[in-house]
Amino acid sequence: MRVTRIVPRLLSIAIIPGVCLTSFLLLAIVLRLAGADAERALAAMWSGSIGSWYALTSSTLVRATPLILAGLAVGVAFRAGVWNIGAEGQFLAGSAAAAWVALHWTILPHSMLLPAILVVGAGAGAGWAAIAALLRRRYGVIEVISTIMLNFVAVYGVGYLVRGPLQEPMRIYPQSATLPDAARLPLLASGSRLHVGFLLALAVAVLTWWLFRATAAGFRVRVAGGNPRAAVTAGRIDVPAVTFRAFLAGGALAGLAGAVQLTGVTYALYENISPGYGYTAIAVALLARLHPLGIVLTGMLFGGLDSGALAMQREASVPAVVVLVIEAVLILSVVAIARWRDSLLFGGSTIPSAARADS
Amino acid sequence: MILATEVFLQAAVRTATPLVLAALGETIVERAGVINIGLEGAILAGAFGALIGAGAEGVAAGFLAAAVAGMAVSIIFAFFAVSLRADQIITGTALNLLALGVTGTLYRVLYGTTGAALSIPTTGPQEVPLLAAIPLVGGSFFRQPVITYFSYLLIPSLWWWMRKTHAGLALRAVGEHPEAALVAGISPTRVRWGAILFGGALGGLAGATLVLVQSGTFAEGISAGRGFIAIAIVVLGRWHPGGVALAALFFGAASALQFFFQSAGWSVPYQLFLALPYAITLLALGGIAGRTAAPAALGRS
Repeated sequence: MRVTRIVPRLLSIAIIPGVCLTSFLLLAIVLRLAGADAERALAAMWSGSIGSWYALTSSTLVRATPLILAGLAVGVAFRAGVWNIGAEGQFLAGSAAAAWVALHWTILPHSMLLPAILVVGAGAGAGWAAIAALLRRRYGVIEVISTIMLNFVAVYGVGYLVRGPLQEPMRIYPQSATLPDAARLPLLASGSRLHVGFLLALAVAVLTWWLFRATAAGFRVRVAGGNPRAAVTAGRIDVPAVTFRAFLAGGALAGLAGAVQLTGVTYALYENISPGYGYTAIAVALLARLHPLGIVLTGMLFGGLDSGALAMQREASVPAVVVLVIEAVLILSVVAIARWRDSLLFGGSTIPSAARADS
Repeated sequence: MILATEVFLQAAVRTATPLVLAALGETIVERAGVINIGLEGAILAGAFGALIGAGAEGVAAGFLAAAVAGMAVSIIFAFFAVSLRADQIITGTALNLLALGVTGTLYRVLYGTTGAALSIPTTGPQEVPLLAAIPLVGGSFFRQPVITYFSYLLIPSLWWWMRKTHAGLALRAVGEHPEAALVAGISPTRVRWGAILFGGALGGLAGATLVLVQSGTFAEGISAGRGFIAIAIVVLGRWHPGGVALAALFFGAASALQFFFQSAGWSVPYQLFLALPYAITLLALGGIAGRTAAPAALGRS
């Protein structure tokens, strides 16, 4: 009895570092087999991600910021049993709306401009999610499919905007004009690329954690996602209403991620403003098992992997895409180990099983 | 005008071919109650398999290697999503990353960053005698590569198989009510494994079409979201082979229109045309453009 309780506990604590270490060993072996200089590649990965203060702050944490915010977006939705694959589209909606505000609401006093941009960005993300949320609530449409559709519409929508209404004044490049200084997030230190958005992401993570842990609303979301039948019968929770709100909250976080990326990093809207942050965010959230503070750590892990991979490609000519393999192996191992752990604990699943409130 | 229509239709059919293949495979998978987001990865793996196979032994070997590569990705998916009962969305997402990483890395390792040494054999259109002489549609539908004719045959065959055979009934039963199917002596696990492998093979063939018929080369991420488009097509086609074929043609036509406008030099905001099929699929989902009915057990692990 004792052992069956201790083993799963240890597993949940050791799971990520353990799997991480194993996949790096795996990478080293693969690199050796492929004839690459494994030591040099891993050294480049280290120095490009956390090996120096500059790499850590100006590369890893800058890349982690959109992943943490979008990861929280996915995490909040998945916790509520909403399979929101649409963080990508909500991110784009957020950055497009933010760009529009930044370039057009110039009559606002300077101190008001940034807050307005971030609020409108979050609102646009929530609005984009609301389409899928309404389709689910009104017509029982599976959000997995509707959010994928909305991602495509958002990609083409941004493609249209940067060639049409939001194109830069010279009308040559498919991108918006660059943002005025008042619409840019302040940098945390001169000479660094790290911006205030990182602190914002941390604050949002702590706030989300607190909401889930200490408030009735957070509790309702957890129950509605974990066991909707119990939520209705024992808790008298209006499950459709709770999941609807969580869906929108997730969209708002993804939209905020888009607005932060625009005002903190790119300073202009263009088609590829998100190299798939919304999809990577799913991995970030899942790896953290949807825990808000865990998402901060996995967001930084993925940010570091990205930065390190680019350094590895530069300095050891090992293709950067190899980190995608590590990310995939990480997710699959965590899924498999979690299944095994759950079968030790309960003989069943603890991952929110209720993807659909009406099923 | 007639010539332009014919050229346009021909481009639409050509663009639609990989979409039809992938979407027909996904139709079978979804009819078994499984949603395979990892289809994108299967298409990508198929494209890479086609590159290797065709480079070594010619076009036919390319298609074969593509089907095998697509199935290999699907075996991992089936193992996690069906045998381990892990979440289908999580597994599919991981497999897309895996396929992108593995093919990208291998491609760079094998062919270098320049992408040189890519003179692989490709295949072109083969005219069907008599049928190609039909005015308007003949030249569009029957002056196509062989793989397109294969997809024409697949549409009625799959419909017949699903409707009229015992195995097809078993497939639909598992998708609608796996518990009832189990009671009736059908193993949902085996049916789903079979469906997923079939879907993977067709996804692989779709990838091969991109490489061996359309672009004549491989590029990192060449699937470019077609796996997700195929999932949209399945929904718009209402999980029915005939409907799926029409929906794929519609998506093909929308992107053919883009090239049409570009070559005509019209500055039409073609992104809006590209977005149109997705918007219409959303409307269809909402029942505004006709009610759709998904398999009842879709996505539940």
